[in-house]
Amino acid sequence: MRALDVDYMLGLLPILLGYVPLTLFMAVVGMAFALVLAALMAVERVVRIPVLDIFVRLFISFFRGTPLLVQLFLFYFGLPQMLSFLTTINGVTATIMGLTLHFSAYMAESIRAAILGVDRAQWEASLAVGMTQAQMMRRIILPQAARVAAPTLVNYFIDMVKSTSLAFTLGVTELMGAAQKEAAGSFLYFEAFLVVATIYWIMVEALSFGQRRLETFLNKAHAR
Amino acid sequence: MISVQNLNKSFGATPVLQDISLDIQPGERVVVIGPSGTGKSTLLRCLNFLDTPDSGKITIGDLSVDAAHASRADILGLRRRTGFVFQNYALFANKTARQNITEALVTVKGMSRADADARADTILRETGLEARADAYPASLSGGQQQRVGIGRAMALDAELLLFDEPTSALDPEWVGEVLDLMRKLAESRQTMLIVTHEMQFAREIADRILFMDDGRIAEEGPPADLLDTPRDPRTRAFLRRVG
Ligand SMILES: Nc1ncnc2c1ncn2[C@@H]1O[C@H](COP(=O)(O)OP(=O)(O)O)[C@@H](O)[C@H]1O
Ligand SMILES: [Mg+2]
Repeated sequence: MRALDVDYMLGLLPILLGYVPLTLFMAVVGMAFALVLAALMAVERVVRIPVLDIFVRLFISFFRGTPLLVQLFLFYFGLPQMLSFLTTINGVTATIMGLTLHFSAYMAESIRAAILGVDRAQWEASLAVGMTQAQMMRRIILPQAARVAAPTLVNYFIDMVKSTSLAFTLGVTELMGAAQKEAAGSFLYFEAFLVVATIYWIMVEALSFGQRRLETFLNKAHAR
Repeated sequence: MISVQNLNKSFGATPVLQDISLDIQPGERVVVIGPSGTGKSTLLRCLNFLDTPDSGKITIGDLSVDAAHASRADILGLRRRTGFVFQNYALFANKTARQNITEALVTVKGMSRADADARADTILRETGLEARADAYPASLSGGQQQRVGIGRAMALDAELLLFDEPTSALDPEWVGEVLDLMRKLAESRQTMLIVTHEMQFAREIADRILFMDDGRIAEEGPPADLLDTPRDPRTRAFLRRVG
């Protein structure tokens, strides 16, 4: 038993906070790509484009069915051996790619459920006024599905923020990697990782707060 | 001129529409009555391909569609020549009353925002909804929602308006205002095909009433003939039941 080295922790905090932007960068970029990919796959799953549907289902099944860590290793260490043009892929890019593919598979399922949750009569009404399927999706169905799916999608974003820590295993010096290096010099592992945990915790609490505000806002929308 | 020739539709092995033929003149107001489950909704829904007919020919104005070989363009063409009023209103929940009316004008007809809004102003006035223009469907009464539904269909200047039991889902207190609006439309000689159980209303506004039974038009005629001196025993039995 030894005392917690609070001074060390306070000294470490600003250093590690400097890595927060990289963490958020990976999560935000990953989320943006994942949203687009997920929406496309969700729409495909609903309208079922022959042949493409098989690939989308395989994709979703694979990326939900295997651990993110395994997927990251596959991209970062495995793919360059198979595809020579990928030899220059860096850890940050590989992480964003992995996060995008992994989370898009989960998000596609939530968005699909939200799309199917929009009352069928509105689909018919959209078609009856002469809209194409694409117009119906873009103008009527997806905006409503987005409202339903938004809180769940924020959950995935929170999960994604935490999952950026896996970039450390690809040699990226992000929050986790930086803490690891600091701790290796000071041997104060507990303190270092406690600071890291606290930083993640605060980020997630802030996001959860935003999520609750968003839900209140969405519940009020379209009720006037 | 609207013409339906030998329209057939089955759901699985169950025939629902059997060889329906029907002509509607411009400005004509035709009411369809009949027991539930006889294919009245399916008939309306086949005309704009919300249900896909198996065979037959549908002509609306300058567009003739062979139902068995309808292209995507044919289907859009039929939908753009018809307006549909749903029993459950089916308003766009993410759009205000005004936006429900302007949506297709902008998205489908390619009208400018300003022109669509001007058109919406006229429609909102005609439907008595000016005061609720910026309300979302969730905050409108059933009667107001259905008036928006009718306004949305009116805005498109369709050659034919289809009404599928527009007052059946309404609380009794809202039926009158919806029928009043439809009466106004009928007086303006809008071509209409209306499925309804409101017999008094049918008698007032219809040029012709069709009685459907078991997927066929069993009898048709002017309201006075069909309602007061029906020839077909099935029509008589139905009218006795609905009083
Ligand atoms: N989507 C569907 N799938 C299977 N059967 C249907 C479907 N829609 C309607 N039907 C059947 O077709 C018949 C006619 O239905 P419908 O046109 O709704 O009758 P109505 O409007 O006269 O009450 C009914 O027997 C109904 O059960
Ligand atoms: Mg019906």
